[in-house]
Amino acid sequence: MISKAKIVLHFPKNLVAQPVVYHLVKDFDMQFSILKAEVNPDEEGLMVLELTGTKENYRKSLEYIKKAGLKVQPLSHDVSMDKTKCVDCTVCVPVCPTDALDKDPETFEVKFIKEQCIACGICLKVCPYGAMKIKF
Amino acid sequence: MKSISEINEKIKKGKVVVITAEEAAGLVDKHGLKGAARKVDVVTTATFGPMCSSGIYFNTGHTKPRVKMGGGKACLNDVPCYTGLAAVDLFLGATAIPDQDPRNQVYPGEFKYGGGHVIEDLVGGKDLILDVQAYGTDCYPRKELKTQINIKDLNEAVLFNIRNCYQNYNVAVNASNKIIYTYMGVLQPRLGNANYCSAAALSPLLNDPLYKTIGVGTRIFLGGGIGYVSWWGTQHNPGVPRTKSGLPKCGAGTLALIGDLKKMSPRFLIGTSMLGYGASLSVGVGVPIPVLNEDVLRHACVRDEDIVAPVVDYSGDYPNGKFEPLAYVNYAQLKSGSIRIGGKDVPTGSLSSLRRAREIAEILKKWIQTKKFFLSQPVAQLPSVNSGYKVKPLKERPVE
Repeated sequence: MISKAKIVLHFPKNLVAQPVVYHLVKDFDMQFSILKAEVNPDEEGLMVLELTGTKENYRKSLEYIKKAGLKVQPLSHDVSMDKTKCVDCTVCVPVCPTDALDKDPETFEVKFIKEQCIACGICLKVCPYGAMKIKF
Repeated sequence: MKSISEINEKIKKGKVVVITAEEAAGLVDKHGLKGAARKVDVVTTATFGPMCSSGIYFNTGHTKPRVKMGGGKACLNDVPCYTGLAAVDLFLGATAIPDQDPRNQVYPGEFKYGGGHVIEDLVGGKDLILDVQAYGTDCYPRKELKTQINIKDLNEAVLFNIRNCYQNYNVAVNASNKIIYTYMGVLQPRLGNANYCSAAALSPLLNDPLYKTIGVGTRIFLGGGIGYVSWWGTQHNPGVPRTKSGLPKCGAGTLALIGDLKKMSPRFLIGTSMLGYGASLSVGVGVPIPVLNEDVLRHACVRDEDIVAPVVDYSGDYPNGKFEPLAYVNYAQLKSGSIRIGGKDVPTGSLSSLRRAREIAEILKKWIQTKKFFLSQPVAQLPSVNSGYKVKPLKERPVE
């Protein structure tokens, strides 16, 4: 059984220097892709990871992460686009870090590709029309 | 050669040929300039984007006993109106915000509800709360008024845009190391994104760059209803550097627009919140260009790749009033989603909606085809390239 999940890791200040992802790979044979990372020395860090591995190793990975002192939560924030409010201006498109917002090159319609969204929330800030919503 | 009255005669007979400005280039390619100019009578242009210099004036009707709002205080849904007019005439601007709005004290401010949003709600038929404090006079004794109002009960409600339809505009970038919040949107550090704001090949004044057909009195699509060009807009600046074909290489001409708010629609008048900057109003405008001769069509078949815009640093040059573009790019590049500045690929976004502008150009086309809209002859021309008319900075002088 293979498990695949997006998780959010919160690094407390004292643990930012820990090679957590290295251990996930080496000790638990996990595949990962980093969807978002803000980890700077002396600051609290945040990392959004997609982890793939056997069910058993996925469980062990989460145990390891918690034991190491990191806070972990599933990526459950739900971003949505209100098409009645979106005017298709495209101002959100260049700031989306994962290309979850894209424009049709012909019609210039703005499309929200939810599967690519990592719920970073920047589109909510840049949209002048309040068309992007987030649910926690 | 055709006259506006001949075109109107064709509209009446249902024989008019109307195309949008985006269709014009293809038609000229197919039939040649001469052939296309014979065939086509009207080219529709349009734009939809935030324009802070938008506002409405309205007359509420008198109360019993009477109240003089003039010189007092009046708010619509907590957003302050300008009261420096007669007893029950008010003006509300798009950027007005409630007194209790924290503005940029909590940086960046969100500006969730301002004048632009009130205008959208009013046009949308929502009841609004009018709250008035007056000083009271012998003939206008009342000092307080709090009531719901609705657009249908107002005597006049008029949209008045003292500047719109900017002929070309800056492409905004941020060359600094920290994020900035501007009227051109949120700009990421180190040229993280580039924001532009023009319908380019569909934009009204880029299809009539020398103001040959658009003038004071031109009838237009405004906010979903019918309006007029009432004057040239503020900061009208026709004398800027231009390409050989007369296209300005930066922001140039502007229009002042007016029209009956009661006939407009919230689809084309939308309140906007620019993070860290303020509230505004997005306005939909459509301007018909009568194909009076080949020369008019030669300008109206402009293509995105022919129009260039300056890339301006909004972290340093713009706030300091300097105009030293980092580069010039054309709108075909901007619309492709990425431009190259100093060896770096920078993703682009637009503040103006091309999709909604296209919708407006199509609506105006249909109005003309179905005899709902006739062209008007301008009564005065806009100051043009050689008029010497130009925008000036404020010259500060010491106060004794």
